[in-house]
Amino acid sequence: MGGWDFSMTALEENVREARTERAPYLSIRGLSKMFGEFAALSDVSLDVHEGDFVCFLGPSGCGKTTLLRAIAGLDIQTRGQIIQAGRDISALPPAERDFGIVFQSYALFPNLTVRKNVAYGLESRRAARAETARRVNELLDLVGLTEHADKYPSQISGGQQQRVALARALATSPGLLLLDEPLSALDAKVRVHLRREIKALQEKLGVTTIMVTHDQEEALTMADRIVVMNQGRIEQVGTPEDIYGRPATPFIADFVGSMNFLKGTVTPGGRVRVGAVEFAAGEGLRAGQPATVCVRPEDVTVRGIAAADANAFPVSVATIEFLGSFWRATLRSEGDGGFELLADFSTNLVRDLGVREGAQFLVAVPPERILVFNGKS
Amino acid sequence: MSRPVIAVSPEGLAPVRGPIRARMSADDKILLAATALIVGALLIGIAAPLYALLAKGFQNADGQFVGLANYRTYFSTPALFYSIGNSLVVTFITTLIALPLAFLFAYGLTRTCMSFKSVFKGIALIPILMPSLLPAISLVYLFGNQGLAKGLLMGETIYGPIGIVLGELFYVFPHALTILLIALSTSDARLYEAAESLGASKTRIFFTVTLPGVRYGLISAFFVVFTLVITDFGVPKVIGGKYNVLATDVYKQVVGRHDFEMGAVVSMILLGPAVLAFFADRLAERRQSAALTARAVPYEAKPKRGRDALFFAFCALVGAAILTVLAVAAYASWIKLWPYNLTLTNYHYQFDLRDGGGWASYRNSLVMAAWTAAIGTTVVFVGAYLVEKCRAFRTARLALQFLAMMPMAVPGLVLGLAYVFFFNAPSNPLGGLYHTMAILVINTVVHFYTVAHLTAVTALKQLDAEFEAVSASLKVPVYKTFARVTVPVCAPAALDISMYLFVNAMTTVSAVVFLYAPHTALASVAVLNMDDAGELASAAAMGMMIVYTSAAVRILHFALTRGVLARTQAWRRR
Repeated sequence: MGGWDFSMTALEENVREARTERAPYLSIRGLSKMFGEFAALSDVSLDVHEGDFVCFLGPSGCGKTTLLRAIAGLDIQTRGQIIQAGRDISALPPAERDFGIVFQSYALFPNLTVRKNVAYGLESRRAARAETARRVNELLDLVGLTEHADKYPSQISGGQQQRVALARALATSPGLLLLDEPLSALDAKVRVHLRREIKALQEKLGVTTIMVTHDQEEALTMADRIVVMNQGRIEQVGTPEDIYGRPATPFIADFVGSMNFLKGTVTPGGRVRVGAVEFAAGEGLRAGQPATVCVRPEDVTVRGIAAADANAFPVSVATIEFLGSFWRATLRSEGDGGFELLADFSTNLVRDLGVREGAQFLVAVPPERILVFNGKS
Repeated sequence: MSRPVIAVSPEGLAPVRGPIRARMSADDKILLAATALIVGALLIGIAAPLYALLAKGFQNADGQFVGLANYRTYFSTPALFYSIGNSLVVTFITTLIALPLAFLFAYGLTRTCMSFKSVFKGIALIPILMPSLLPAISLVYLFGNQGLAKGLLMGETIYGPIGIVLGELFYVFPHALTILLIALSTSDARLYEAAESLGASKTRIFFTVTLPGVRYGLISAFFVVFTLVITDFGVPKVIGGKYNVLATDVYKQVVGRHDFEMGAVVSMILLGPAVLAFFADRLAERRQSAALTARAVPYEAKPKRGRDALFFAFCALVGAAILTVLAVAAYASWIKLWPYNLTLTNYHYQFDLRDGGGWASYRNSLVMAAWTAAIGTTVVFVGAYLVEKCRAFRTARLALQFLAMMPMAVPGLVLGLAYVFFFNAPSNPLGGLYHTMAILVINTVVHFYTVAHLTAVTALKQLDAEFEAVSASLKVPVYKTFARVTVPVCAPAALDISMYLFVNAMTTVSAVVFLYAPHTALASVAVLNMDDAGELASAAAMGMMIVYTSAAVRILHFALTRGVLARTQAWRRR
């Protein structure tokens, strides 16, 4: 699979506005979708700015695909409003909206060649034949499939099929590109490769893009902004760093990355006591309240820790598991009400410090890396 | 939560309005119009005639409502209601013999390494090309009063239950075989490996793996055979003698006695078991598809000399029986007088010298079959597309789906009689269709609608569900994608459907027997009439004309799928 050639100039003519504080390109207000008694979406509101790459992330059945299909007009919402580029498209059929779409299955027309698939949407616009051919060549070049132009979809690889679908969706220069789990049918390695290429292509063209995925890694690496959904509602909207580092809810903390949830109580000093350990964390906690301390396994530090350091406490290694590029240990805190804590250690740390089952040492969690949720969650 | 949630719902913006009413696109309007058209056509083609039939059973000859009087007459006349018992007896006996035979034959084809499998399969499917009258005619030649093998019956007569059962066996065998072949070829090899590795004996494996795996296929075959036999009219008409069954009763009441009301009553009674069998079969089929997993590994038989030889002998015996029936009919049609004068002659093919419609009836059959194939394939395919690929108008689609399934439950005789009542009613503005070629075509399309519809649905299900969404996003009208993608990709299925409709239009006799006029007489009806007139050899000759034609169409279909399609479907190759 060769790299993509971005030397094209014609495509750069595509709108590429600075992301200013102007009206959002796509504005969703109070969207609900009922399937009988089941609410697939409840009161969802969201703004997407021009040129943004937004990912809808969530477990299966969270409503992310329903939301995408509502935006496309394929399954129109029960209530609520969608405004695209200043136009109310809430009740419009798909053919009267402005979007290109790539499905998980790609839905390539099997009896048409790659070239004819890409040209499919252009031919109906009655553009001059030469103009259509020029545009198709340009797109094929853009996705690096020029040499496969006259093959049928069944004769090219999954990754190549995916790029044909992308080129077909982009052919008519839509204002909005919708991607419904576009990578999940591919092998792991092709997936990682295409992630970068789709992202680069999107940045190049500046087309506003919404991608649905259940793969958090995909969302974290590709998106400008991530919309985390759960049970038909939006839980949080933010940059990948926000979502990973400052999850708004325990659900997100649990769903994105790995997380230790340690149940404790707020002390008069504003710390959270879990077993024998008192964690210094954020502010504004009310004494005596139950609270949950959240710690990512990779934030547990081992090197150069003294007993007096903030959030330092002694542990023993209950189990340790080799995961290829790193090790995952289950640590047990010493003292009364001991709790278990997952920690990720690099291979050289495990080697240097001789970490193994039964080993005892001090660990610490930097206060700025700790999240606290009120209640027992 | 201790941390502020990043703003999700910007407050105070556009007010959220009431429920959204999706606006119809140009595509939606086309699709809705097409759905309405086909639903309307099926209402006229199946629902309204059935209603007319139902109503007729509660009326007297003057059209006045008489409640259950006709039914009371029926059940107090032994000559009439005895037929119910007769029908059930021959149907059960035929079914109980046909199923094991078809099962063993299918088992031999799928689970052994015997030779000539494809030859055997080809022979076993021959009866599909015949009207059911033809095996009965052959049996008359073999076991009738001048029959060669009459002695084998040990004094019993072929005209009666024995002849009916034998004739029906030939008629239903390919249908049962097709279903069981599918059931046996979709079993999972991994189950056999597991059973063998657990040390199960061959017998135990057969009863714990093989039989459970095909049980829904067996159930389905049972109901299909049951329905075919109880509703068949051709075999008992030719060879039933004085043994009355429901199907011949309908014919006798209507054609013989012009008692249309009693004909309607018998039809309703015939409809009962057919409808029951239909629903039972649908139920079994739903279970069958749920039992299959995509990851199943196909079973491949290993050579085993004793078993392979045994199945070869069995299949050869069955194949010989089928070929004999075909050969006797063919031979009898080409010689002067069976069994006394064996000089070859084309005398019996000079249909114009006989009553029954002459060569014109054969030409009519060709015209009727061609129109049925052309119109039927188009309507069925568009209808299946609307059911399968339309997202909107749920109610209209469900109505279409229901109407498309209905013809399967309605025996041909019942449908034909229902058409008489509906189209011949003085108040019907469509009355002009009566006694035309058009009504024969409409009737035949409807008669065989369901199987064709299911074939089309199966083909359409294999298409990506999002073609329509993609083309809408590209602003390509739905009819363009239908023509450029859907139809070309489904071309093989469309060819299958047109062949199925053509062959059935050639061979069917039950529905059209009430609907033809002198100038629209059909070949299959001519077989019936010539047999009635005692022209057995000519009946056999006309029956053979149908076989030659159906076989030619089958060969043409084979050539088309292997030749032309192979070239136009280059994209299927990797």
